[in-house]
Amino acid sequence: MSHLTFDDLREILAECAGEDEQTRIDPEALDLPFTDLGYDSLALLETAAVITRRYGTDLADDVMAAVETPRQLLDLVNSAMAEAA
Amino acid sequence: MSGVDTGGAAAGPAVRTGPAAGAGGAAGTGADTAVVTGIGVAAPNGLGTETWWAATLRGESGIRPITRYDATKYPVRLAGLIPDFDAAAHLPGRLLPQTDRVTRLAVAAADWALADSGADPAELPEYGMSVVTSNATGGFEFTHREARKLWTKGPQHVSVYESFAWFYAANTGQISIRHGMRGPGSVLVADQAGGLDALGHARRTLRGGSSLVVSGGVESAFDPWGLVAHLSGGGVSTVADPTRAYLPFDTGAAGHVPGEGGAVLIVESAAAAAARGAHQVYGEIAGYAATFDPAPGSGRPPGLERAARLALSDAGLAAGDIDVVFADAAGVRERDDAEAAAIEALFGPYGVPVSVPKTLTGRLTGGGPPLDTAAALLSVRDGVLPAAAHVTRPVPGHRLDLVRGEPRPLRVRAALVLARGHGGFNSALVVRAVEPGRGAARGTTRPSVRETAREDRP
Amino acid sequence: MNRSVAITGIGVVAPGGIGRKAFWDLLVSGRTATRTISLFDPGRFRSRVAAEVDFDPALYGLTPREVRRLDRAAQFAVVSARECITDSGLEFAALDPHRVGVSVGSAVGGTTTLEQEYLVLSDSGRQWEVDGDYVSPHLYDAFVPSSLAAEVAWTAGAEGPAAVVSTGCTSGLDSIGYARDLIAEGSADVMLAGAADTPISPIAVACFDAVRATSVRNDDPAHASRPFDRGRDGFVIAEGAAMFVLEELEHARARGAHVYGLVSGYATRCNAYHMTGLKKDGREMAEAVRHALAEARRAPDAVDYVNAHGSGTKQNDRHETMAFKQALGDHAYRVPVSSIKSMVGHSLGAIGSIEIAACALAMEHGAVPPTANLHERDPECDLDYVPNEAREARLDTVVSVGSGFGGFQSAMVLTRADAA
Repeated sequence: MSHLTFDDLREILAECAGEDEQTRIDPEALDLPFTDLGYDSLALLETAAVITRRYGTDLADDVMAAVETPRQLLDLVNSAMAEAA
Repeated sequence: MSGVDTGGAAAGPAVRTGPAAGAGGAAGTGADTAVVTGIGVAAPNGLGTETWWAATLRGESGIRPITRYDATKYPVRLAGLIPDFDAAAHLPGRLLPQTDRVTRLAVAAADWALADSGADPAELPEYGMSVVTSNATGGFEFTHREARKLWTKGPQHVSVYESFAWFYAANTGQISIRHGMRGPGSVLVADQAGGLDALGHARRTLRGGSSLVVSGGVESAFDPWGLVAHLSGGGVSTVADPTRAYLPFDTGAAGHVPGEGGAVLIVESAAAAAARGAHQVYGEIAGYAATFDPAPGSGRPPGLERAARLALSDAGLAAGDIDVVFADAAGVRERDDAEAAAIEALFGPYGVPVSVPKTLTGRLTGGGPPLDTAAALLSVRDGVLPAAAHVTRPVPGHRLDLVRGEPRPLRVRAALVLARGHGGFNSALVVRAVEPGRGAARGTTRPSVRETAREDRP
Repeated sequence: MNRSVAITGIGVVAPGGIGRKAFWDLLVSGRTATRTISLFDPGRFRSRVAAEVDFDPALYGLTPREVRRLDRAAQFAVVSARECITDSGLEFAALDPHRVGVSVGSAVGGTTTLEQEYLVLSDSGRQWEVDGDYVSPHLYDAFVPSSLAAEVAWTAGAEGPAAVVSTGCTSGLDSIGYARDLIAEGSADVMLAGAADTPISPIAVACFDAVRATSVRNDDPAHASRPFDRGRDGFVIAEGAAMFVLEELEHARARGAHVYGLVSGYATRCNAYHMTGLKKDGREMAEAVRHALAEARRAPDAVDYVNAHGSGTKQNDRHETMAFKQALGDHAYRVPVSSIKSMVGHSLGAIGSIEIAACALAMEHGAVPPTANLHERDPECDLDYVPNEAREARLDTVVSVGSGFGGFQSAMVLTRADAA
């Protein structure tokens, strides 16, 4: 697993925070804040923990705290993986 | 979902707003009278109040073999299990990752109870609504899974949701959040008896100024680790035949079968229920009391009878006013003997019908007594007492009028619910009919033919 | 019936101080009892600090049989119950046992025992289908935490109403509130009330790691709990217990009992917002404080001391600072506020009762315990938090608050019996 795709992220979010009709994110939601999408800080902590375990990236708390949108999270994870590679 | 059926038999405005009817009892003004306006049931023999009640009257049992894992290695392979609860069908997807099965059942039952009551939390004062539940075993399976991850993979694998999904307060917290209920919330634990303590505290919370309390209790701990923990309490039946495993008050009594589920009740002040035009009132929580048994070996008498007397006195009723007793029914000979003696001391030999619908569900820890209370309220509504299943050889010395075989038609104006918890907890609750337009049935309208409840307080 | 409720006996098992005297000495000294976890190897955990109790059960009168039977939380409950019974001077054997009840708070009950048993029966987690053959006969008492109330009832010979109140981190206030209700309404004349929790076990430490709630000041554990300080980074998990003899006031006066104070007001509210998150404005806690003061018939400016929840998490300390400003108005800036969690950590369900013990002893001794480790205030926490040194003051009216997961917000008002 060398790259986190939008679909991967969507799956992880559903696993970590649950999913229902109102909060299923689609590509238009890439730049919407997580809070507007219904993901709270706990959901993001859980998501970060899962990504760390599966992708071997270490997402520091302070870096994660600055992440506001799905796109920012994807970029963060993928650049970290690129650096590690 | 059949669970939201509002119950056809209770018709018209049935809310009392006048002064209390109970003679010298708890019932004060309408604001002081606690009435049940909604019931939500999640039971091994039926999801949803009407489904469960119909199954109970038909004698359908929810005691079944444990099949989610290989239970043959355990001395007990039966439990009262809910086979068909699809959490995703009843709850928002967002609640699923952060909840144990017990909380999913509790939140669903609370939804059904609220729907049944017709109360809309969005229209009621936020600080006037409270949640008071009983839970004795927490989010056990959730914690088992997280503990397993912790010990086999490491602390970094433990879910953030473990920080609250495991604890006894999860059900109250999640229900309060779901419905915006900001009034005094609480969680009481007294093993099985805690289920009545929650309802007693719901009434107390109304007296403290709340107008609506979501109360009752739900339990579930039947992962392998939960099953073993249940076994450690002793008194669990090892009989493999589901029709012979749990036979309270029977000469074949061999222990109890533990089960999952329970009931959530909407308890309102009569005045508040009237003010919002509640379409039904199942009955009044007219009396409640709790006691604790003497320390083992003290030689002093156990406290169940005293709890029952105090609850009757609290309700302003005499023993003769009680039409049915819903028994604790330990299913262990010695404890059945003690309960039978308490009932006989209060009501005389064969003095009151004794109903044991939990023979169809097993003992549900904190969820059991609220489910019995639901049964008591529905017996008031429908004029019928559920029969104890499989009990064919009552212990002769018990001299109990057990309702057996078929449900018994009977006009029920007041019922006594008994509960005991591991360690010595005893609780008793009295529910009383509220008659359309007339208020709660008077304890004094039907002269007592039996022993009068003794005033037990100095 | 609405009867007054007096505190006539106190028993404490706290980190750094077992017994009410040692506990009070710790508080006024401003010393901290936080250190590196020794109850298990914390090497793999994010937070490795805790406030532990150096507890030798034999030293505190527990027999070997009791030690085998009782979970650590139950041991703490029994030891603190015995102390408060002795302290009260009340002859329990002469009481009508039917009029004596029990209310014990606990957030996580028998967690320590449950986890230890689990490790044995699951082969350290490897077996999902745990082994049921060697299960301890005492496991059920850890499984269902009402055993804590049963143990205290047996200690006191109580046969009145008994229950455990388990509302997470406000359990220790809510259990006293529950007992207060039972006495006020006439269901009991005497209640053994308080709380016990011993959550310093791997599963609890791991889950608070996961939510980043606990301090990672692992290299400086003595200064890890820093309520209201700019450098705070979470709470320090702790263990402990406090039990009280609560007595109907006339009952206490009739026997000439020493009264520490009256439980004059109590309220709890739910924020109905989030299981762990707090709304910034502290609205529900403020509502609880206002209601408790109204019950005690005290105006906000009558409050002489506020014992804060002060857990030392970023969001909590700001949340309750806002709540105090809402509930007390300008008086919030004048009244001393402190958090003893800076010294004894956060023992989840127990801490509310331990803090009530601190409040009662503060009234008794005429001193406000300090907030240790407070050197640079968070600019958003701009009240008088009594940094580092205890302060003498006559205290007639004291407020203690608690806040916990699940959204529970509780407040209790103690008043001097002779300052009605």
